[in-house]
Amino acid sequence: MSLRIVVTVKYVPDATGDRHFADDLTVDRDDVDGLLSELDEYAVEQALQIAEDADDAEVTVLTVGPEDAKDALRKALSMGADKAIHVEDDDLHGTDAIGTSLVLAKAIEKAGYDLVISGMASTDGTMGVVPALLAERLGVPQVTLLSEVSVEDGTVKGRRDGDAASEQLQASLPAVVSVTDQSGEARYPSFKGIMAAKKKPVQSWDLEDLEIEAEEVGLEGAYTTVDAATERPARTAGTIVKDEGEGGKQLAEFLASQKFI
Amino acid sequence: MAEVLVYVDHVDGAVRKPTLELLTLARRIGEPVAVALGGGAGDTAATLAEHGAVKVLTHEAAEYADYLVVPKVDALQAAVEAVSPAAVLVPSSAEGKEIAARLALRIGSGIITDAVDLEAGDEGPVATQSVFAASFTTKSRVSKGTPVITVKPNSAAVEAAPAAGSVEALAVTFSDQATGTKVTARTPRESTGRPELTEAAIVVSGGRGVNGAENFAIIEALADSLGAAVGASRAAVDAGWYPHTNQVGQTGKSVSPQLYIASGISGAIQHRAGMQTSKTIVAVNKDPEAPIFELVDYGVVGDLFEVVPQLTEEIKARKG
Ligand SMILES: Cc1cc2nc3c(=O)[nH]c(=O)nc-3n(C[C@H](O)[C@H](O)[C@H](O)COP(=O)(O)OP(=O)(O)OC[C@H]3O[C@@H](n4cnc5c(N)ncnc54)[C@H](O)[C@@H]3O)c2cc1C
Ligand SMILES: Nc1ncnc2c1ncn2[C@@H]1O[C@H](COP(=O)(O)O)[C@@H](O)[C@H]1O
Repeated sequence: MSLRIVVTVKYVPDATGDRHFADDLTVDRDDVDGLLSELDEYAVEQALQIAEDADDAEVTVLTVGPEDAKDALRKALSMGADKAIHVEDDDLHGTDAIGTSLVLAKAIEKAGYDLVISGMASTDGTMGVVPALLAERLGVPQVTLLSEVSVEDGTVKGRRDGDAASEQLQASLPAVVSVTDQSGEARYPSFKGIMAAKKKPVQSWDLEDLEIEAEEVGLEGAYTTVDAATERPARTAGTIVKDEGEGGKQLAEFLASQKFI
Repeated sequence: MAEVLVYVDHVDGAVRKPTLELLTLARRIGEPVAVALGGGAGDTAATLAEHGAVKVLTHEAAEYADYLVVPKVDALQAAVEAVSPAAVLVPSSAEGKEIAARLALRIGSGIITDAVDLEAGDEGPVATQSVFAASFTTKSRVSKGTPVITVKPNSAAVEAAPAAGSVEALAVTFSDQATGTKVTARTPRESTGRPELTEAAIVVSGGRGVNGAENFAIIEALADSLGAAVGASRAAVDAGWYPHTNQVGQTGKSVSPQLYIASGISGAIQHRAGMQTSKTIVAVNKDPEAPIFELVDYGVVGDLFEVVPQLTEEIKARKG
């Protein structure tokens, strides 16, 4: 039987661009270039490796996001994923993590799955909670923050490097996995891959397709409210000295003046 | 006064510092009730009482160590149902955020992660967050359900505030999901004897400029002269020069010490994301154009192999 892998990928504003907020205090996704979150490339990579090791597997990439989010799907398809699903709906604007996990979970169920693979965190929101929320919603094991992952005989195994210890984890499929940027370099799309991606199917679903009411998502459905966003004042310019042989001593003098020594 | 649940992060009964900071924040909103789980849970009570916990709910069971995350969610949910708190505060570790998120979903609440400050507000607790690699500060609150908020280390001072801290056993029934993900082996991290990276008052970091694992001895010597923790950039970690547990930045640890010293680190946005909120920032870099200099209170343009050892010697001399 075929192994159905769904990879959740997010389209995010470029971190090296000038990220900011829109007037309604949501992340501005119009004025900054977007891309497939780099941390989700690791998820695509692990999905492709697991699929290559399985006899028969299919990798579907799934995103919830605006029109431009198709770029993220194309990138993942050009890396080697088989097909893509784009959940897009005007009513999704302003959806928070709880709402996003609802939409993703409904889409994953509709698509059919044995294994869900997510990134460790999105590079814009950096919450790192969606995979855990997906496991809770789908009612399947959560095997998250893996720096090493393998799937064999319906069992997923992996290593999770935590604060206090490194743990070996094991769970039966179906399951939700997330992988870290320690899991292995993501491949670059080949020219052949980029050409092939153009012919791969991208399905579009809206909230109605997923039987979700508009009030459950978007700014209105959000469980959290942002009341203010202020740009952090630029740090006041510090003192910069060139080392002429006394740089270490000058630095020590500064640290002493600040009472660190 | 309303009760505020505080999830206790502890290792065999030794309470970690971020939990004590949460007790300080919890007292701004209500009366702290601590929840301590797993081996040694009961041993946490004295420390928690000293820092303001009016009550300590404990539950010991093998499940907390043998299975991932879900048993702790089950317990915290039981505590929420028993106490009906005004808010639930959880330390912002990777695991803490996962526990908090699943709890929020179960109790029909919103979640805020990585708060760096917390105050009482007319419509519930107001959390301050630092976003987009710390280039923006936001104020937000949970608008539905019991607020569940995770708080970063070093967000508040640890304060003594003696309270009763009476220990009560928490009744927990594990859910069907609790045993879904088995922990088949655990290798505790070896202690270096240096302070915990996220909790340290001073962090001394090295990057690609350190140019080799053996050269990290220079960074460690400086750290030890200041009683500091050692950090590393991802470039240094990827090169295999220093362990990943010491990585500072977006995909490593986020630190907010009194003093951050970066040597041979350029200051890429992903690195800044993990250290930009440090109170005082110092850098040594041979490239005057390195972006890290935009952040510094004091910077030395020079070769770290000259500057850092001289600094270490001078600190030792001054400390006598
Ligand atoms: C999704 C994503 C997540 C990331 N997460 C992180 C993260 O968590 N943490 C992180 O650090 N990075 C992270 N990065 C990587 C980041 O973009 C940079 O590549 C990295 O921080 C560079 O490390 P560096 O400053 O040590 O190296 P470089 O950028 O190569 O800088 C080395 C610096 O050392 C200086 N130097 C060299 N020799 C000497 C000498 N003898 N004396 C003094 N100075 C010297 C050079 O002038 C240079 O400025 C991430 C990237 C991505 C895409
Ligand atoms: N809008 C989205 N569309 C698809 N996947 C998402 C979306 N948001 C989050 N994810 C997935 O969840 C992971 C963690 O995201 P977060 O909890 O927002 O940090 C990401 O790495 C993605 O795999």
